[in-house]
Amino acid sequence: MSTPPDAAGHTPVVVIVGSSIGGVRAAQALRSEGFRGRILLVGEEEALPYDKPPLSKQFLVGQWDADKVGLLTEDAAARDRIELRLGVGATRLDVAERRVWLSDGADLAYDWLIIATGASARPSPWRPGSGVHVVRTLGDSGSLREELRRPGPVVVVGGGFIGAEAAATARALGHEVTVVDPMPTPIGRVVGPEIGRYFTDLHHRHGVETRFGVGVERIEGEAGDLRVGLTDGSTVQAATVVVGIGAVPNDGWLADSGLPLDNGILCDEYCRTLDAPNVFAIGDVARWFHPRHRERLRVEHWTNAVEMAVCAAHNIAHPEDLRAHSPVEYVWSDQYDWKIQIVGRPTQGSRHELVGDLEGEKPRAAVLYTDDRGRLHGAVTVNWPKALVQCRRLMTGGAGFDEALERISALGGASGHPQEGVRETRPGTGERAGGA
Amino acid sequence: MPRLKADFEACQGYANCVDATPDVYDIDDDGVVVLLKEEITEAERPRIEEAARSCPVNALWIEDE
Ligand SMILES: Cc1cc2nc3c(=O)[nH]c(=O)nc-3n(C[C@H](O)[C@H](O)[C@H](O)COP(=O)(O)OP(=O)(O)OC[C@H]3O[C@@H](n4cnc5c(N)ncnc54)[C@H](O)[C@@H]3O)c2cc1C
Ligand code: SF4
Repeated sequence: MSTPPDAAGHTPVVVIVGSSIGGVRAAQALRSEGFRGRILLVGEEEALPYDKPPLSKQFLVGQWDADKVGLLTEDAAARDRIELRLGVGATRLDVAERRVWLSDGADLAYDWLIIATGASARPSPWRPGSGVHVVRTLGDSGSLREELRRPGPVVVVGGGFIGAEAAATARALGHEVTVVDPMPTPIGRVVGPEIGRYFTDLHHRHGVETRFGVGVERIEGEAGDLRVGLTDGSTVQAATVVVGIGAVPNDGWLADSGLPLDNGILCDEYCRTLDAPNVFAIGDVARWFHPRHRERLRVEHWTNAVEMAVCAAHNIAHPEDLRAHSPVEYVWSDQYDWKIQIVGRPTQGSRHELVGDLEGEKPRAAVLYTDDRGRLHGAVTVNWPKALVQCRRLMTGGAGFDEALERISALGGASGHPQEGVRETRPGTGERAGGA
Repeated sequence: MPRLKADFEACQGYANCVDATPDVYDIDDDGVVVLLKEEITEAERPRIEEAARSCPVNALWIEDE
């Protein structure tokens, strides 16, 4: 083991900055990997570490309380000898001195540093008196949840995952809901425009209106009486506005650290920052080199944060056996009666096939994406975890598209017309990635 | 021996556990986790602990006898 006190009696120290899913899992994984030194977990928020996905789902709708989104109790921290420093932000890093400064004036020396400061909601560019919300922290979700107790129409700006989930939640609570997005098919960015259209239909099927292809020009008024002016000249009334237009990495506190930053902290395939191999970055804030894709990526997915946490912890505890972070991308989203699971990089394909169909109540289907060379680039499943598991395995194993299609079709159980089997479509090329 | 536990009601079929340790966890046709064994050895515990912690809804844990 690499981490008992050394000959000089120095106990090795890992400082982790950021106490959400990435930071907490890194601390726990260090113990599972056999690290025996000190672990200090620093977090800006006062609250005990909590998880984010339920903040636009179970917590927002009122089904779960704050306890249930917790990631680490004080007991669990004590059991793993994780020292919590909550309510203090890291303000500065000196890589040469191996030291982090905190907002209360204290500083911490480290042998290894793991940066897991995540991302913040991109702030709303429209600032009326009140009534505009973003959803990123427990506080954000709590105040939106309070406001959604009052009746009145809701406008959601941004039709991506968080916007769509917030819309579904507001609808479930009985509100009239309109989703606005400048893209003609917002989720098309992730699943391609053709399949993206089914996601638009999903809103409509649940009585939610969409204004896609138009932007927001201004928002005026105050909570309870807001006017959302759109670029086509129309105005939508709202009691509450939710703005879900993406996230920006929390790397500002590192500006003078000398660490290379470019839309996130640049890392190698082992999650180590460039130039400082004892400093790691994980989760939403990290832009690491993906060895299979051979490019730097920053991924805002829960599972990626957990996997990077385990990878960084392993590489700290076992420097003689460095492990690269080379994941098959995976993200889920729950919208209305759809449990959506996406694996790989669907839009890297040029063609897709649908197993089952995506219409009607609670459909069960999978979409597989390929290119002209017969490779499998990704899959989207709806209400079909079994197919998702298969797709993840097939992607990991590097299966070809035909084999994958055969395996998924053979699973049986897709909704629609089994006798017709598989339907084929070629996505148009009229629409490009980008936007909110 | 440590025993595997699951909250089958809480499981949402996110399948991270299955992906991490396919020899321990599987998923049924309804998308609910299946435990492929009841007891595990101390040696395999760290690996399975990490898989259990990859569950987004905390539906998995390990109990000591
Ligand atoms: C509402 C919502 C719903 C989501 N739903 C899904 C989903 O369904 N599926 C999915 O795969 N992903 C989902 N995600 C994304 C997923 O939650 C993120 O990818 C994940 O939280 C990233 O974890 P992280 O630890 O890297 O960063 P974060 O979760 O952003 O945590 C960073 C932590 O660092 C702290 N911090 C920041 N700066 C400092 C500083 N200078 N000093 C000290 N502490 C600091 C912050 O307070 C925060 O606690 C969702 C995200 C949100 C917001
Ligand atoms: S990771 Fe959790 S939610 Fe997902 S299948 Fe396993 S137990 Fe169920």
